[in-house]
Amino acid sequence: MKEKAKILDKEAINRSVMRIAHEIIEKNKGTADLCIVGIRNRGVYIAQRLAECIKKIEGKDIAVGALDITLYRDDLALASGQPLVRKTEIDFDINDKKLVLVDDVLYTGRTIRAALDALIDFGRPKSIQLAVLIDRGHRELPIRADFVGKNIPTSKQETVEVHLEESDASDVVLITEKE
Amino acid sequence: MSWTKKDLLGLEYLTQGEIELILETAESFKEVSTREIKKVPALRGKTAVNLFYEPSTRTRVSFEVAAKRLSADVINIATETSSVRKGETLIDTGKNIQALKADIIIMRHNCSGAANMLARALDISVINAGDGWHEHPTQALLDIFTLKEKLGKIKGLNVAIVGDIAHSRVARSNIWGLVKLGANVTVCAPEMLLPTEIERTGVKTSSNIDEVLKNADAINVLRMQFERDEGAAFPEQLDYYKRFGITEERLAKAKKNILVMHPGPINRGIEMSSGVADGKNSVILEQVTNGIAVRMAVLFLVSQAREDKG
Repeated sequence: MKEKAKILDKEAINRSVMRIAHEIIEKNKGTADLCIVGIRNRGVYIAQRLAECIKKIEGKDIAVGALDITLYRDDLALASGQPLVRKTEIDFDINDKKLVLVDDVLYTGRTIRAALDALIDFGRPKSIQLAVLIDRGHRELPIRADFVGKNIPTSKQETVEVHLEESDASDVVLITEKE
Repeated sequence: MSWTKKDLLGLEYLTQGEIELILETAESFKEVSTREIKKVPALRGKTAVNLFYEPSTRTRVSFEVAAKRLSADVINIATETSSVRKGETLIDTGKNIQALKADIIIMRHNCSGAANMLARALDISVINAGDGWHEHPTQALLDIFTLKEKLGKIKGLNVAIVGDIAHSRVARSNIWGLVKLGANVTVCAPEMLLPTEIERTGVKTSSNIDEVLKNADAINVLRMQFERDEGAAFPEQLDYYKRFGITEERLAKAKKNILVMHPGPINRGIEMSSGVADGKNSVILEQVTNGIAVRMAVLFLVSQAREDKG
């Protein structure tokens, strides 16, 4: 893979996450009934960072869960290379909550479709809002994000790589392309 | 690590990595059974057939629950009331089930090697739910899963398997799995129920349960299958309980946190006392719960392997 462009560095990622945290609080008029669920793996790390930012701003602890959507994928039967089934950990009741679903990159929308199906199996939230660090376009389903860190027009040949310190060497967002 | 086998026939045929992949996948599946809606769509549209040539309730029901929690459709064939009674061969039965476009056969059979033979004859997945004295892989996997969950690791653990080793497929599968994962395994039984050359599988043998209990981190107590008693080779029930039965007095001399496991159904007062079966060291019912997660993992992995090939 060839690196084509560096989209966000560590500071820019932090600023985006902090701005989204403010927007979440503004849109929900505070933190009452708020909870956050991240999609494995990197969505969970962003979800945890959002919860930290919200705590800094409002002084309130927000429940954070982790969702693995493997079992809900629409391409399980076609998946090339076996997906590893990881743990879903939502240790709180999502009924009647304002739930913010978090992922690193929004692309076709199919992951979000799977995540919505999975969440509905856990209960009936009052609302589900979507927060993503990067929206790269090319939607295949009628899905849009409520909170976006950065919109990046891409071609389908390109890949958006989000690296986060929790799982990777550093905080950076890159666009790469096959050579 | 990825899974490439269409079948699960025994732990003898798996690598350490493959066993660990099943255990890891099962950890993720365990959460599904704690939800209010205990179902995920992973095997929607797949058909699993329970083909049981021997009576079984817990294994068959456990597989059925596991398949249904993955959204597969499950069909139970009781061989006493099927065309098997009319003399149909196992392979013919299997090919007919394949012709019905089922995806997975879960089979229990009284002949050792029956699952291997069926798997070779068919393109669909075969999961061995116990064949003769050969293997019962999902039972061993759930035993090992429970050990790992409770004690945090398998490598270096002292595990004793107590009872009728000679006629036990549960013992054989446990030995293969535990030895591959680095446990120190001791099998403990009356001399007449210890197979010759069992040490070649990497286990120690003993006929003194009190000695074995001193060092064990866990004991897996097998069912004495008196219904298979063909006369001379079996000890008297009372005599067995005196020499090998796990009682509170015996357990008091063991490690304080020793795990007591049993694949069920328990003969209370033969393999162990009621006090032990219901006591604080017993994880027997947790084994049943873990069995569902392990079987979900196996059903999922063999289905994925077939998709990859197809």
